[in-house]
This record gives sequence, structure tokens and C-alpha cells, in this order.
Amino acid sequence: MITALLRRLGQTVFVLFGISALVFCVFFATPGADPTARIAGRNASPQTMEKVRKEYGFDRPLPVQYATMMKKLFITRDLASYVDRGELVVPEIARAAPVTVSLVCGAALIWVVASIAMGTLAAAMKGSWVDRGLMMLGLIGISMPVFWLGQVTNLITQSRYHDTWLFSWVPGLGYVPFTESPLGWFKALVIPWVVLAVMFIGIYSRVLRADLVALAGEDFMRTARAKGLSPTRVLLRHGLRTSMVTFVSLFGLDFAQLVGGGALLTEVVFGLPGVGRLTYQALTNLDLPLIMATVMYSAVFVVLANAVVDSVYLLLDPRVRDAR
Amino acid sequence: MPDNFPSAPVQPSPTQHTAAPLLAVRNLCVSFPSGGRMIPIVENVSFTLAERDILGLVGESGSGKSVTAMALMGLIDSPGVQITGSALFRGQELVGLPQKQLRRLRGRQIAMIFQDPMTAFTPVYTIGWQIDEQIRAHERLSRKQARARTVDLLAEMGVPDPARTADRYPHQLSGGLRQRAMIAMALSCNPALLIADEPTTALDVTVQAQILDLIRGLRTAYGSSVLLITHDMGVVAETCDTTLVLYSGRVAETGPTQALFAQPGHPYTAALLASIPPLDGPRPERLPAIAGAPPVPLERPAGCAFSPRCHYVHEACLPAPPPPLVPVGPHQSAACVLSTEGTPLPPRLISACASAAASIRHQAAPTPPPSHGEVSP
Repeated sequence: MITALLRRLGQTVFVLFGISALVFCVFFATPGADPTARIAGRNASPQTMEKVRKEYGFDRPLPVQYATMMKKLFITRDLASYVDRGELVVPEIARAAPVTVSLVCGAALIWVVASIAMGTLAAAMKGSWVDRGLMMLGLIGISMPVFWLGQVTNLITQSRYHDTWLFSWVPGLGYVPFTESPLGWFKALVIPWVVLAVMFIGIYSRVLRADLVALAGEDFMRTARAKGLSPTRVLLRHGLRTSMVTFVSLFGLDFAQLVGGGALLTEVVFGLPGVGRLTYQALTNLDLPLIMATVMYSAVFVVLANAVVDSVYLLLDPRVRDAR
Repeated sequence: MPDNFPSAPVQPSPTQHTAAPLLAVRNLCVSFPSGGRMIPIVENVSFTLAERDILGLVGESGSGKSVTAMALMGLIDSPGVQITGSALFRGQELVGLPQKQLRRLRGRQIAMIFQDPMTAFTPVYTIGWQIDEQIRAHERLSRKQARARTVDLLAEMGVPDPARTADRYPHQLSGGLRQRAMIAMALSCNPALLIADEPTTALDVTVQAQILDLIRGLRTAYGSSVLLITHDMGVVAETCDTTLVLYSGRVAETGPTQALFAQPGHPYTAALLASIPPLDGPRPERLPAIAGAPPVPLERPAGCAFSPRCHYVHEACLPAPPPPLVPVGPHQSAACVLSTEGTPLPPRLISACASAAASIRHQAAPTPPPSHGEVSP
């Protein structure tokens, strides 16, 4: 199992290298486009252009350019944005990352707990009105775009009913660091958490229910019932435990892409200065170093999260353990 | 063998056929709803199973063998299913018993082995964990005690290195080992009745012979009765004391295996037996097969269900109701009009049953069947 984990780690490093090379090529080695002009920004003076060209080594061969870029990203961390008057890019991401991680982790916790509860309950009461009601709720959750739902909750909690007893505790839009005030952090994030989680609750509970219902026809579920186990035990220890394999693989992908900046809409709607919003700003300003850095950041997260999911897989499914 | 078993079986009656039957099924009917109608899958099946007896339930696919077993275990849970009749297990009525009480019987008094050992274990737990789970579901034992019994059981089932095998996952074991583990799990609470639903179908022939040996040995080692469901006449000849032939959800014939094989009373039984290749004498050019296919439950003929495929069909077979079971020999009865009309089927060519059984055994296991203690890889 240790070798399996190590091999997985090796693959991760390899994939990260591939992604960084690819991203580099897309931004800096596209034929017919001069990266110098794009980094320097619009209407840059010839002096600035010259400085950028020297700094990034655009007058030298591609591998050197790649190495320079990686050095600036990971080692010296002095990659600077020219559009934003020399703002260092890496610290900017380091400031944004905790916001995104706070947002996504809280939402993930909510959606995992809620979807497991809903999916299992629906599967246990298959065909009843509880099942139909829960699945209908899930469908509604999936159908609501997150930015719309966010705007509506903002409308309700920030303006319309903000002065009623129900929502008077809701702070203004924005982020409060956990280290500053844990309670403030929680208050600022609880509504974004729920809003972000709603769609995933819908998807995951429906997937889990379908999986559990399909499993109910499996031979081993019949064996478990023939053993004289209680229906709850059959459903939870045999059914739910087995469907966790699917659940975890789905979760890993969604979690990774959210941490990697996929929660952009939620962050923008709730004014949270996270990675998604940073990417959004970088894209509107065509801030090439920042785009490069955020893309690398999210790639690292997706790949790392996938590695973690695969490791959890090894724990969850003995069949995978042996296959490697 | 049972000596090192924590709760060695103490069966009240060691004699066969004389004691009150362990299981008495009377007119069991199972119908499933489909398109607003009830479709009878099993109709009026009756049989008795004495203590330490092995009853073979034979029939083609779709003849209702498994449904009968599942109905007895209370494992049919499709909505709207209708189960009528009576199944007395040690005097307790199983049909209509609340799930809660059934659950107490399941695994403890009545255990079941399934057809495909590949898929019958939950893939994410070890074999030992799953056997422990059943023991601990029915008896107040610590984890350690349960595991000790599990290891004992696996050893008795001829599993090599039982302590380590218990810690392995289902996918790591061969089919034969898994089926042994399955039987060990079924026997873990010393059930009085073991229902084996085609326990050897998914296994190759040598392992089949070993598993059948194991099942045959259960009545002496554990005092268990066995309801063996199969579509393999060879398995029946080798294993069962009594045989019940099902056709299209109805009993075609029932009787002691020897008598039934020597002189089948129902043309269906005769045809089934005729389709087994003979070991002696000239090799037939083509094996006789039963032409056609069994009717789907909705299109069952009003009279004898076998009549469309029967060589002996005549006017008396066609009108409803289907012919009742009539005695055709001591303890043997068949649902056929031939014997009442005075024209019973002739005895089979290989009249000596022993040779029939022997020929079938060889056919089922081309290599000599290994002894009981031998293990599969």
C-alpha cells in the first residue's frame, strides 16, 4: 500500500510538470503573439517593454523562459503584475487562498452531511412521498444557478428583511479572517456556504440515492438480509459503505475544482476576496502573470485533491488496493 | 467435527422420516403484480422436509425454484407481491410472519447459500468480518469469541490457513474458497435448515464435487436439513434423499430420489433424465432434448403446463384444472394423468438406480472427486 501511495505521488509530480509546461506554452509560446506586450499591459513605454523582455528572458530560448517563469513563481516568488503597478502575484494568491478554502470546506461539510442524509433517507423510503419530496428538492437545488440564489439571499438578508429579527445578525458582504474573530468568520461565511452547497446537495443526494437503490438489487445485499441483519444495518453498513466509493470519487473532483477557483460566482456575489475572484479580476484586466499564477494554483489543487481522493480510494476499496 | 465447535448441535431426533417434519410447506403460491394483474409464479407447491434430510428442488430456469426459497426466507420484498399458503417451520408459520420475527429466524434457524459466491459477499469487508457479523447479530459474543468461531468454521469447511483467510477480502479468494466461506457463514449459527440456491452452478466441476461433498456431510456434522435448489439432475442424484421436480411454477413430480430416477412418473422428469448422456452402451448421435421452451407464467396452459412439449399429450391433459398429484409409487407422486389412465411410463432403461447415479456422478465430475478434507487452491 505504501508503494501504491508513493507511485501515486510520483504521478502527481509528473502531472504537475506537464500542466505547468502546458500553461506556460499557452501563455508565452503562442506563435504570433508577443508575451512582452501582454505582460507590460496596454500602451506600455518602450523602456518597460525592454525591462519585461529582460526580466522574463523573452530574448532567450523557450526552456530558459520556462525555467525563469517557474523560478519566479515558486522559488523567488517575485512574479509581479505590471498592470497592477508591480503588485506581487504570489502573496496575492496566498492572501486569497484561505478565503476560498474557508468557503469551500464549509460548503463541502454541509453538502456531504446533507446529501448523505437525504440520499440515504430517500433510498430507505424508496417510492414513498418522503423519497419523492426529497428528490424533488434536490432537483430544485440543481436547477437554481448559484449566482441567482446568492443574489436572492443577499436581497433578502442584506436589504429586504435585514432589519427583522431573523436576519439582523447577518454582517455586510465581505470576509472576516478566522484568526481575527472566529464568530465573525462564521457569520460572514455561513450564508455563502449554504448557497454554494445547495446545488451539490441536489446532485449528490440524487446520485447517492440512485446508487443505493441499484445496490439494493445486488447479491451481497440479499446475503446481508439473509443473514438476519436489521434493514438499517444492511442499508448503512453494507449499502452506504459500498456506495461511498462512488461518492468519494465524485466529491474529490468537485472539491478540487472549487478550491481551484471554481467557486468564482459565489465569491463574486458575496464579495469574498478568494482565488476565484482574483482570477476573475485578472481576466478582466488581462493581467497575464496573475492569470498564469492562478491557473497554476488551481491546477496544483486539482491534481493534489485527486491524489488525495485516490489515496482515500485505497482505504475504501480493497479491490483497488490489490490492483496496483 | 462438531467437537471443537462452541455450541455443538444437539438435534432432538437423529432418525429420518419418522419425526415431525422440520419444514412443511402446503399450497405455497407466490404471485407478482404486473400490468394490473397478478401473475402466479409459484402455484400450490407442497413438500415436507424431515430433520437431516436433503431435498432437491429441480427445475429449469424460471420454474420458480428460487422464488420458492426466497418466499420461505421472507426475502421477497417487491411491492404488491402476494404469498399465500402455509409453510410450517418447527410448527411456526413462516408465511405472513412479521419481518422482525423472520429476521430472528434468518441466519440463525434458516440459513441460505447463494448461487454466485463471486458477488454474494460485500466487496469492502473481509470474509471474517462478514461471518463475525452474522454470529454477532444473533448471539451475544465478543469480537474475539466470534472470530474464534469463524476461524473454526472455516477450518471445518476445509479452508487452508483459516486465520489468515478470514482476514482476506472476497476478491482475493477463489470461487471454491468463497463458496466454502459462504457455507461457513451460513452454518455459523447452527441453522436447522440450510437453503442452498444452486450452490455449485458458478463453480467448475472439481470444486462442485467438493462443495457437494461438504453439503452432504452437513447433516451428520451439524444435523442440518438441506433444501438444495438446482437445475442439475446429476447433482440431485448424487446428493438428495428426496426430489421435487418443478415445472413452470407447479410441482410435476416428487418422491424419493432413487425411485424417481428409476421410474419417473411424469413425462417431464423422464425427459430430463433422458437428456443426460449415458456412460455405457452406444453413444447416441444426438442427445434427446425437450423441444420448445417452458411457457411464460401469463401464457401457462389451462391444463397441464407441460402439455405443449409432451410426447404423451392427449385430450385429458388439456382442460383445466391442471392434473393433480397422484401417487405413482411408495412416497412418489406425479402430476400426470398417465398413471390414472393405467398407462404409466415405463421404467428407465438403466433401471438400477445405483448405476444411474454413478453414471451421473462421473459425468458431473470427470476427475475423481477429492475427499472431504481436501482443499481447493
